Amino acid sequence: MENMAKSEKKNTPLLHIVKRDQGTVTWYYKLIVRAVAILAAILVSGILITILAKANPIEVYGSMVDGVFGSSRRIWNMLQGVAMLLCVSLAVTPAFKMKFWNIGAEGQVLISGLACVATMMFLGDTMPTALLLVVMTVVSVLAGMIWALLPALFKAYWNTNETLFTLMMNYVATQLVAWFLKAFVKNGSGVLTPMPEYGLPVIGGKAYLLNVLLVAVLTIAVYVYLRYSKHGYEISVVGESENTARYIGINVKKVVVRTMLISGAICGIAGLLLVGGTNHTISTTTVGGRGFTAIMVSWLAKFNPLYMVLTSFLLIFLEMGSQQISTDFRISSSIADIVTGIILLFIIGCEFFLQYRVVVSKNRKENVK
Amino acid sequence: MAKPIALECRGITKTFGRVVANKNCDLEVYKGEILAILGENGSGKTTLMNMVAGIYYPDEGQIFVDGQEVTIASPKDAFAYKIGMIHQHFKLVDVFTACENIALGVEDEGRYRLADVRRKVIEITQRYGFVIDPDKRVADMSVSEKQTVEIIKVLYRGADVLILDEPTAVLTPQETDKLFAVLRRMREDNKSVIIITHKLHEVLSLSDRVAVLRRGEHIGTVNTADATEGVLTEMMMGVKVELSIERSEPKNPQERLKVEDLHSVNEEGRPILDGVSFTAYSGEILGIAGIAGSGQRELLESIAGLHQLTQGNITYQDPKTGKTENLRDKNPLQIRDLGVRLSFVPEDRLGMGLVGNMDIVDNMMLRSYQKGRGFFLHRREPRDLALNIIEDLQVVTPSAATPVRQLSGGNVQKVLVGREIAAAPTVLMAAYPVRGLDVNASYTIYNLLNRQKEKGVAVIFVGEDLDVLMELCDRILVINAGRVTGIVDGRTARKEEIGLLMTKSKEEGVGEYGEK
Amino acid sequence: MIAFLVSAIRLGMTFLLGSTGETITEKAGHLNLGIPGVMCVGAACGCYAEYMYFTAVGSNVVPVLAVLIPLIAALLGGALMGLLFSFFTVTLRVNQNVTGLAITTLGVGMSEYIISEASVIFTKGSKYFTAALPFADALGSFGKLVFGYGIFVYLALAIALTTTYVLNKTRVGLHLRAVGENPATADAAGINVPLYRYAATCVGCGVAGLGGLSFIMDYLNGNWEYCVDAIGWLAIALVIFTVWKPNWAILGSIVFGALYVASSYIPGVSFAGKELFKMLPYVVTILVLIVTSMRQKREHQPPQSLGLSYFREDR
Repeated sequence: MENMAKSEKKNTPLLHIVKRDQGTVTWYYKLIVRAVAILAAILVSGILITILAKANPIEVYGSMVDGVFGSSRRIWNMLQGVAMLLCVSLAVTPAFKMKFWNIGAEGQVLISGLACVATMMFLGDTMPTALLLVVMTVVSVLAGMIWALLPALFKAYWNTNETLFTLMMNYVATQLVAWFLKAFVKNGSGVLTPMPEYGLPVIGGKAYLLNVLLVAVLTIAVYVYLRYSKHGYEISVVGESENTARYIGINVKKVVVRTMLISGAICGIAGLLLVGGTNHTISTTTVGGRGFTAIMVSWLAKFNPLYMVLTSFLLIFLEMGSQQISTDFRISSSIADIVTGIILLFIIGCEFFLQYRVVVSKNRKENVK
Repeated sequence: MAKPIALECRGITKTFGRVVANKNCDLEVYKGEILAILGENGSGKTTLMNMVAGIYYPDEGQIFVDGQEVTIASPKDAFAYKIGMIHQHFKLVDVFTACENIALGVEDEGRYRLADVRRKVIEITQRYGFVIDPDKRVADMSVSEKQTVEIIKVLYRGADVLILDEPTAVLTPQETDKLFAVLRRMREDNKSVIIITHKLHEVLSLSDRVAVLRRGEHIGTVNTADATEGVLTEMMMGVKVELSIERSEPKNPQERLKVEDLHSVNEEGRPILDGVSFTAYSGEILGIAGIAGSGQRELLESIAGLHQLTQGNITYQDPKTGKTENLRDKNPLQIRDLGVRLSFVPEDRLGMGLVGNMDIVDNMMLRSYQKGRGFFLHRREPRDLALNIIEDLQVVTPSAATPVRQLSGGNVQKVLVGREIAAAPTVLMAAYPVRGLDVNASYTIYNLLNRQKEKGVAVIFVGEDLDVLMELCDRILVINAGRVTGIVDGRTARKEEIGLLMTKSKEEGVGEYGEK
Repeated sequence: MIAFLVSAIRLGMTFLLGSTGETITEKAGHLNLGIPGVMCVGAACGCYAEYMYFTAVGSNVVPVLAVLIPLIAALLGGALMGLLFSFFTVTLRVNQNVTGLAITTLGVGMSEYIISEASVIFTKGSKYFTAALPFADALGSFGKLVFGYGIFVYLALAIALTTTYVLNKTRVGLHLRAVGENPATADAAGINVPLYRYAATCVGCGVAGLGGLSFIMDYLNGNWEYCVDAIGWLAIALVIFTVWKPNWAILGSIVFGALYVASSYIPGVSFAGKELFKMLPYVVTILVLIVTSMRQKREHQPPQSLGLSYFREDR
């Protein structure tokens, strides 16, 4: 109202932004907006690559698809990539649904990986494989939980800013890993030789099958937890309105701490799968930014674990596709990051069109007379 | 005698959607006078002044400043015409000092120097007799100091017309006296002061003329010297409206909830509840009347276990066993675990009573999600309940799976009240349950409350429309500044009587805890 | 000891530029988690400009230009990223955290791409940035400690002090702080909230871009390393560490620099122990976060509407 009145006097802006009544936003409108955003992003990144690589755009897109689906090995890599990203995304989702900005998944996964690798290294020979697997799992999950518990406690009791706290915890974890590698790798190279002999079992002859299956189960578990359990309900209420939570007598502190413990535990599983199930070793870049990308995956899917399968596939597709392009057309592999960044911005930006409406200002002068 | 006119409104009309806030209002204020704008809550006083201050833009009508027709499209325009408004909700930056807040947005000539600002501020304070430390942070200030900063801010920008929206609502009587002294000094300084209020005694003691608004219309302007409380009340309230809400005699009233000497303070340590005592009986509706922000919300929230008390007792008597429980310092869950069936319809429907983004079924679960064994939610019962409420109360919704945010205000309230009643309460508290609702929806709510009363529930109803309170309630408790200023019989009380109790200052109010 | 301090200060200035940039942005109410990406882009743009300049002129290098051109490029590169961030958060009003992270991803990718088009060694150009005042050595250790730096150290100090001055002593600063604290109040007072937010973010990101360049050209003596983003996160940490005060950040940045390089100068620290030392700045930041949140002192709190979009018609 104020805006309109103002605009009338001064340079009458042509466009005026109003908040959309969420009741009038239909599901197909949402779908169309998002689809258009993704298509536009793919188009823009295609044009960009075409210019940078001076190549035929059809070939560029072809190379992208080839990079993801070109061979059974590539498909397995893609599945593994999706599974790992999805696993970390599942971890951050309960916290985000509660509006707890946990950007520390990177560190929570890494510290679990470190705990896992340490177990493999020091206890690998001392116990039977089955027991070792149990110990590895417990230790990894505990490590993730501890890393998540610290910021949660301070948030719950002193309202310490969780975004920055969890961010800093990432780097503490990174430095711990760096220290570990330098202190305990005997040859002093700082590179730990993989120890597949202590890793998770390989099933069906496929190295990544176990990971993929476990994450699939986890996805459903998290979905059910959030949608059908009393805990999940409490998380939604706290996230939507702390006042309402108080009104019905939910102990907000307890919910915050409990939810972060669950987040941390899933990060622990991610660490276990990455280290025990995939790499069998660790480096400071083992998590490779998944902790951050996971936030996007979760946010884009509106915190719905089932949609997250799609969003993590989208991101992995772009990443692997761009890598293929960079090999095929001999341009820097950093193109993958650029393309990911572009598509993220497009999808983030399209939220605007879901939340607001741009209307052409009416000239109200006639009405006023 | 004829002072020049400083500001004039002619034929101002403003509508919000279908609601007419102001209808063809005329108003003029002279230089060197204090004009009071009197009216009940929702009579359009603030909206009219907001149009003069550039917050809203009128649909129809003209505004003249010093005889010239002007267009005021933003607060900046208002400042340019030397009009300044002090809103009820202060617009101040908490971490800034008084000086910094005052300097905000002013594009003076030359370089910005806080020392210059301070000098000018001190000049203003001395001229009008304000007491303020220009270097004090707003966050550390009392409400009255914040108000002073707002007034100085307006004067600093050179305003000749000052509009104050309910300035005394948050002040103690002593602070009020000081403010009035300052306002009188401004009048002597040939400034025009407009004060929006609904307190009669203030109008009579301070103003030169009174303009009365009722339901958005300008009823008339009288010279204060010629006015009496009776005349003004009649102008303000109008003829009594017949609402015809059925009201039965309370059947077999029994003591259900006893509240004794409740005290609480806000963050600044000022009292919010200041010794509230009353008893609610089964089978009756106890109304609570008072100016907005007199402690009604806190009173209900303290009973519901959401507001921290510093003193006092809340005793609940169980209708079946006759056992009594003290509810003080218990949270809502603990209260429920004691077997106390207390339902509460809070003022903030979507921010507290319901979760806007959840559907009707999930909102039904808010109170009962922990019922049933095991880890998982049981949605069958809430779904049945949701369907029942939709049918019984005729909630207009596409389905039970529609987020409540998408429903209209009346339907949201039906969902909320329906849920609270479904818990078969023995005490039902409702804060402003018909606010923003149309007539039909309001009557649905009144009937629901009446049916609860007939079932023997102790109903506590906080309302703002005195006509409704008098039609609906068996007794009406009047609260002012956290104190009970009187409890009257809803059948025999006169409106003027309640109006006076609502504005009664603290000194007069002591010791009047009329029981039935 | 002198070498340790000099090294700490040189690295510290990178932190200082980054954190001053972020402080300017945050004062306007923008929590920009894109700063690491912005610093990367700033560094890459500066280096690329230097590379282009050297390729263009061959051996006829004019020292002033060799410094000025990369500086301007870094500033512009950073500011453009800021523009992008503001477009999303101010005009489109989308979530700042998510946008920031996306900007970081994009920025890291862009910087690597830009560098892959140039080279990774800029030692020749770096000399012009690290050239100290001629009389510094003559004044002994005092001279080395005070005058022995390249242009970046003095530039960073000047920017931090100017920022402090502008924020606290000018009308622009007053308005900027009001925008970050309470945009509705600022709006009601007639301040153009979107304009201030755009401007602050672009200027802040430009300064952070300089910070990225200083890391490569000064601290690393022109050897490109793919870790500018890690420095960027520390710069954000420094903002909290010094409770949103650029003048405090001068000292804070030196402390951070010292903590970061300490391991190389303390005798007896093992190869592995160094990594633990590098953890210190993060741990210290966490402690500061905890202490400030427990004390709840008003002047040590972040701007009140940090991280929130402003839409006038939301009331």
